[in-house]
Amino acid sequence: MNRMHRAAIAVVAAALITGIAPAAHAQNKVKVGFMLPYTGTYAALGNAIENGFRLYVQEQGGKLGGREIEYFKVDDESEPSKAVDNMNKLIKRDNVDVVVGTVHSGVVMAMAKVAKDTNTLLVIPNAGARAVTGPMCAPNIFRASFSNWQPGYAMGKVAGEQGKKKVVTITWKYAAGDESVEGFKDGIKASGGEVVKELTLPFPQVEFQPLLTEIAAAKPDAVYAFFAGGGAVKFVKDYAAAGLSKTIPLYGPGFLTDGTLEAQGDSAQGLLTTLHYADGLDIPKDKTFRAAYQAAYKSAPDVYAVQGYDSAQLLGIGLSAVKGDVAKRSELVAAMEKAKIDSPRGTFTLSKSHEPVQDIYLRKVEGTQNKYVSVAVKGLADPSPGCKM
Amino acid sequence: MTLATFLVQCLNALQYGLLLFLVASGLTLIFGIMGVINLAHGSFYMIGAYMAYALSPWAAAHLGGGFFTALGIGLVLSVAFGYVLEWMFISYLYEREHLQQVLMTYGLILVFEEVRSILAGDDVHGVAAPAWLAGSVPLGGLMTYPVYRLFMSAVCVAVAIGLFFVIARTRLGMAIRAGASNREMVQSLGIDIRFVYRVVFAAGVALAVLAGMIAAPVSSVYPGMGNQVLIICFVVVVIGGIGSIRGALVAALLVGIVDTFGKVFFPQAAGMLVYVLMAAILLWRPEGLFRHA
Repeated sequence: MNRMHRAAIAVVAAALITGIAPAAHAQNKVKVGFMLPYTGTYAALGNAIENGFRLYVQEQGGKLGGREIEYFKVDDESEPSKAVDNMNKLIKRDNVDVVVGTVHSGVVMAMAKVAKDTNTLLVIPNAGARAVTGPMCAPNIFRASFSNWQPGYAMGKVAGEQGKKKVVTITWKYAAGDESVEGFKDGIKASGGEVVKELTLPFPQVEFQPLLTEIAAAKPDAVYAFFAGGGAVKFVKDYAAAGLSKTIPLYGPGFLTDGTLEAQGDSAQGLLTTLHYADGLDIPKDKTFRAAYQAAYKSAPDVYAVQGYDSAQLLGIGLSAVKGDVAKRSELVAAMEKAKIDSPRGTFTLSKSHEPVQDIYLRKVEGTQNKYVSVAVKGLADPSPGCKM
Repeated sequence: MTLATFLVQCLNALQYGLLLFLVASGLTLIFGIMGVINLAHGSFYMIGAYMAYALSPWAAAHLGGGFFTALGIGLVLSVAFGYVLEWMFISYLYEREHLQQVLMTYGLILVFEEVRSILAGDDVHGVAAPAWLAGSVPLGGLMTYPVYRLFMSAVCVAVAIGLFFVIARTRLGMAIRAGASNREMVQSLGIDIRFVYRVVFAAGVALAVLAGMIAAPVSSVYPGMGNQVLIICFVVVVIGGIGSIRGALVAALLVGIVDTFGKVFFPQAAGMLVYVLMAAILLWRPEGLFRHA
């Protein structure tokens, strides 16, 4: 009996500590859970996204939809196997109203599954995995960034228009690479070229030399490469060192040259890439955003910061429509679906599958900047095959 | 595939294999001779690459040297680092189970990664190759080959020869080989085995750091780079036979060939082929190709 007693007291005490105290807060604050990489390869991206998000909220006086925002953070470590646990920490332990995350495509797939099962509102500030707004699409899942298909399609279209008939693609053999190449193939088909050979290597290997030799032997009109981070740096340098950059133009999605130009140095100069953001955009919103970000964080913003900022805008539009009452989910979602977001990248809307419909820019590497050249495709929407909503 | 392409691919395979050997040789020394499973070996490779990144500009500014001055400083530092590390941590592991060794060295990985993050950040960085090695040589009209890659191969060959010589022909090498087969007996013959081990560990660390520094200009410098290298190095060590320098060389070249031609002919299975090779060799020779050489 005594032991039962003690157990009961412990349970009550635990409830007091964990449950009831935060519940009092929940009355007046909207709880936002960041599930982002704060360690590992993508740590810088996670921080940029959070900074961008917080910047927008600060600009609104710390409130969205008239309610203050309370932040919770979980480091997802870019580790898909821990994604379900990490999601549950935010949803069950912290009782968040909305989850914002993440960078890694594999992690986001698991997050989307949990969000769908628990009907938690999820705003994706980066990961471009197509399935999330394809077969897995759901009313409570939104993406404020891009789909892997989009930059690929735009680059394919540009390559075809530049008269490149036979193109070789090269990427890591994983979802993001496959989706990007798929976009490129669709794009170049639309403008009269074709992909003659698809080279792949296992993620995240960086020994490109054998495949570069294959490219040299195949003598295509151009090469389309999808790599990011350290892999992108090494690929671009190896491509130049192999003498290929002089004879066969290299194209890629923006990730090939974003945040990597200092390391790539001369080897990246003049490269053409496509992305939904660029340096030197002539957009007033971009100028004010860049100045504000610079002032707040003493560093220049990148595309990830923009995506974090826009995630907050998207959520803000939804919350304003319901005056901060997150319980009115269907009205909140309806408002987010109709949102017209005044982004630093240019205004964009959302497709039926909750994917940005946005301009994709053609950029050229000059020094350490990805300079705006032109709009590659205006208002590009991912067809999101498989989404029934 | 034309003959020219084939020959270039062979060169690719050889060059990749030699670099693998350089990293794996340190691992096989530490694993084979000291019996310590050192998961932190990849971190030493990473530390080397970051040293090249940090020391090259510093050496250029203060000592008037460039990449090679940095290389020299890096080697001295790494030997000292390995020596201290052995004294502080590894020396307690010889008598312990493998699980404890794995835990300790895994812990070291986490510490090194975090320190790296604090000191150097999480961005990707490039390291410039020395100017006189920065050019390329044409290869039969097909493509050009960076001189620096050929230089890397030459360094790897030189290290291989040096290691063979030390292990097979010197007193220290004799003590090392004897220590590997019977620690107590060597001690009772009046050889300070603790000191020998400390030297071996320091040499192993220095080899990994050297590999990282040499590879930095072509691989660039980024977080997590050591972990990628670690697994493939263990494959090399296991195929070659634990503790065998000769085995590591043969295995590294084999892995280089399988990996290179696997990527070309079987891109779908390229990630697996190296492990298939390992499994096949272990079925044929469970001890690896050259046990105790």
